[in-house]
Amino acid sequence: MVAGGALGIVFGARVQNVVGSALGSGLGGLLPGGNRFRIYTVSDSFPDIPPSTYRLKVTGLVDRPLDLTLLDLMSMPKTALVKDFQCVTGWRVPNVHWEGVRLSEVLAAAGVQRTAGGLEFGSYDGVDTESLTLAQAGRPDVIVAYRMLGGPITTEHGGPVRLYVAPMYGYKSLKWLSAIQVVKQPTPGFWEQNGYSTDAWVGNSNGRDDTPID
Amino acid sequence: MTASLFAILMATALPLYFVQVEAFIGRRNLVAEVHTWSGVVLPIPLVVGVAGPWGSRLRRDVRRFNIWSAAEVRWLRTLGRTPLAERDKFNPGQKLNAFFVGGAIVVMLGTGSILKWYRFFPLSWRTGATFVHDLLALAIFLVVFGHISFAITHRDALRSMIVGWVPEGWAKRHAPGWLAEERGQEELPEPDPVPAK
Repeated sequence: MVAGGALGIVFGARVQNVVGSALGSGLGGLLPGGNRFRIYTVSDSFPDIPPSTYRLKVTGLVDRPLDLTLLDLMSMPKTALVKDFQCVTGWRVPNVHWEGVRLSEVLAAAGVQRTAGGLEFGSYDGVDTESLTLAQAGRPDVIVAYRMLGGPITTEHGGPVRLYVAPMYGYKSLKWLSAIQVVKQPTPGFWEQNGYSTDAWVGNSNGRDDTPID
Repeated sequence: MTASLFAILMATALPLYFVQVEAFIGRRNLVAEVHTWSGVVLPIPLVVGVAGPWGSRLRRDVRRFNIWSAAEVRWLRTLGRTPLAERDKFNPGQKLNAFFVGGAIVVMLGTGSILKWYRFFPLSWRTGATFVHDLLALAIFLVVFGHISFAITHRDALRSMIVGWVPEGWAKRHAPGWLAEERGQEELPEPDPVPAK
């Protein structure tokens, strides 16, 4: 049994890919190796943010610092994305529906200054942080999301508002997004400080070869 | 005590595995801490029980798991279809369970450690360890379910675990080899298999 366990540890990642696709993300996803969401919260509990009290602050190297409510975000041009959600630990949930406003739109409203090089993100959970370069933030598939799987984002999935960085591993999509600070050179976030890649492109970072998100 | 730790591990495993349960209970960090420290502590009473000078009877019992009579091996090979006259203190099913639990504790501890201290291992090992840990957890739930089912349907055996002894009549019927051993008598030769009762 111990030998089996050891083999499973070393080769399990490859087996997981096969098993994940075979089991899918429906009922089969509930079995070990299945493609279902898992939640790796780093704080003590999920932050409870009543939608009316939600605020997104945009500060730093901007002409117009912002203090956006949920309604403010919802009144900005809407973007919908349907993409696979890939976690760096192996599971991949296919065709997740997201809605929100492009991060580039939010930054345009704030007026990013020429000295800026990147962004630092903060979460209501008080622990998790993330970062992006300005080029990454300008992509059309990077949004400030407020709807997921056909409804408002639930608390456990990071609602009411989270960052969603479609082409990168899930840990970049910071939950319970509270703050965006525009800086010259962003400090790597929580997971990066724990050994994961900063430029977390799916299939091209963290030593993994998953299928990139289209 | 080991049973309580097992129960805690299994109970805390549910919110860690199922998102819906986790959302209901919250406090993931606390649940994870209770789970991991219960896991680390679990082997301690077992090791202390077996290793100390007080453990000679326990060690003798543990050795029984590795001693299989020809009839028991035949029973195993035919997947329980050959009739078996019970002789030993533990029947083959109980011996198998002991193997499984012993192996499971080691593998869960190993993979669990990789999950908890993932920073020290290659990322692919974290994925592999998650897969093994999840799969074995499912197997453990099934085995424990069977274990408790057997306990409920075999009240004499269940009672013996609680009070620590069995009536002599029970031993004569179910474990005559063990009874003779306890009495210091010579073990009787193995009789021809009797039809299952």
